Amino acid sequence: MTIALNSTVTHTGILTARALRAFFRMPSYLIINLIQPIIWLLLFGQLFKSVVDIPGFTGGQSYLVFLTPGIVMMMALFGSSWAGTSYIQDMDRGVMDRFLTSPTSRTALILATMIYQAVLTVIQTLVVLGVAWLAGARFGGGAVGILVLLLSAVLLTFVFAPFSNAIALLAKQQTALIAISQVLSFPLMFLSSAIMDTSLSPAWVRDVARYSPFQWAVDAGRGALNSSPDWPTIWADLGLLAGLTVVMTWLATRAFRAYQRSV
Amino acid sequence: MARPSSSFAIDARDLVKTYPGGPGKPRIQALDSLSFGAESGTIFGLLGPNGAGKSTSVKILSTLSRADSGSASIAGIDVIRHPDRVRKAIGFVAQKQVSDPMDTGRENLVLAGQLQGMRASAAKARAIELLDRFSLADAADRQVKTYSGGMARKLDVAIGLMHRPQVLFLDEPTTGLDPEARAEMWAELEAMASHEQMTVLLTTHYLDEADRLAGRLAIVDHGRVVVEGTPEQLKDALHGDAVILELAPEVAVSDGLRAIGDALAEIVVEGRTIRGRAAVGAVALPRVLAALDDAGVGVASATVSRPSLDDVYLKHTGHSFVASKENAS
Repeated sequence: MTIALNSTVTHTGILTARALRAFFRMPSYLIINLIQPIIWLLLFGQLFKSVVDIPGFTGGQSYLVFLTPGIVMMMALFGSSWAGTSYIQDMDRGVMDRFLTSPTSRTALILATMIYQAVLTVIQTLVVLGVAWLAGARFGGGAVGILVLLLSAVLLTFVFAPFSNAIALLAKQQTALIAISQVLSFPLMFLSSAIMDTSLSPAWVRDVARYSPFQWAVDAGRGALNSSPDWPTIWADLGLLAGLTVVMTWLATRAFRAYQRSV
Repeated sequence: MARPSSSFAIDARDLVKTYPGGPGKPRIQALDSLSFGAESGTIFGLLGPNGAGKSTSVKILSTLSRADSGSASIAGIDVIRHPDRVRKAIGFVAQKQVSDPMDTGRENLVLAGQLQGMRASAAKARAIELLDRFSLADAADRQVKTYSGGMARKLDVAIGLMHRPQVLFLDEPTTGLDPEARAEMWAELEAMASHEQMTVLLTTHYLDEADRLAGRLAIVDHGRVVVEGTPEQLKDALHGDAVILELAPEVAVSDGLRAIGDALAEIVVEGRTIRGRAAVGAVALPRVLAALDDAGVGVASATVSRPSLDDVYLKHTGHSFVASKENAS
């Protein structure tokens, strides 16, 4: 048992390093990943600037301050729902089959993509926060608030990266992965308070949002950046995300069996 | 059919595998009671066209896939009961490229070694050894996406060898390579077989490749082994080396035919050339030449040609190898 745990830790480390090497060797990919959040933040920030003036808006006086945690979670959601792409590439080649015919830990294969995506999420989150700060946004939560925002974004990544991996293992095709991530991530984004205060939305949107892990992350991140955070609510949201992470990771590990039955 | 389980490094018995044929269609039978055994330290070839069941066999024996029925063991370890132990004992070179194009050759090797449980220092040392052996040292620190097809394939084999496996699976190692790269790969594989103490399962749809590399081979067709033996045994079993005699200009062909008598079968005459078949050409030829000499019939040249594996293939599957390759999707 300790040997199995050791090899899972070692395998997770070396497989994460492999993914990060590939990422930093593609400067164009790196730049796109950094520019994308800036575009979203500034675009939405300008487009919906006067939303705060609508009577009944409860998100504070600055739309940029309201929007920033929403964009952070959007980036985490979009990025992690693409996580399975690297599996598709490994499957298109013989790399995945080689891993699966070696003692490579299945759990490590999943954990490595989760940690890799989490690193990207943290980098993007810091970029978004920096740009928001430069654009004049000021957050009352301080360093603790930012750390909890990062934790929320990482947990959101941990929910959707293994989900994406599982889809990749079951569908084995890039097109299927694109379809599913688009069909899932855009509705999740709009059925939430990421860019619009749900107190201004129809009641059914609020009802749906209550059960959306994306909304949990937006609420937790936004709440933590507040000058007087409602910690019990935040920790409840983070707890739900952590629980879902465990379920998704387990499902993704199971998906290897389905993949091996299909080859 | 009772065999002692320990004598074969690779032992496949009555493997059956079917795949879903799609909605409303019957299941596709990939393996239909396939059996063979490869002795330790040998190169065993599975020869057959695409779709014959070669890759499916490799997937089952390497624990990637599971047979519907039948049993198999690798180095005496049952593949269904102990896949984890089998995975430590094998190297796997898939039909598709098994290296990561974004990593360098060295990084690919070290990663593969570490995933097999080697320490980083041991993996690095072994990587240097293999990069040298496969003439990849100059390209060691370049990303694999810059490699030629032949270089990438050599790296694939090196990746499979990192942890000194007892059994190495090579699924069509030269498919897609140009003739020069293929010849180089053959030389590498021959050298490898003498360096490493291991058993190799080689699948190929190239007759000449199986002939050159495999100590024993099984011809696979429609998911079954149709014949198994050494390349020489399989060819000998055809009862017919070709014996070709060209008679000297001044003698009558009819005198030559009379002297040969029934020493050769299936005699065909073309001008001054007499073609016939003999069970073992090397035995028949001196007798034929002696008979011709006794009869005073001069001979300009004499050739014995061995039957090719293509002849063997034709005999056992009832269809030509080239034609079946074209029919396979």
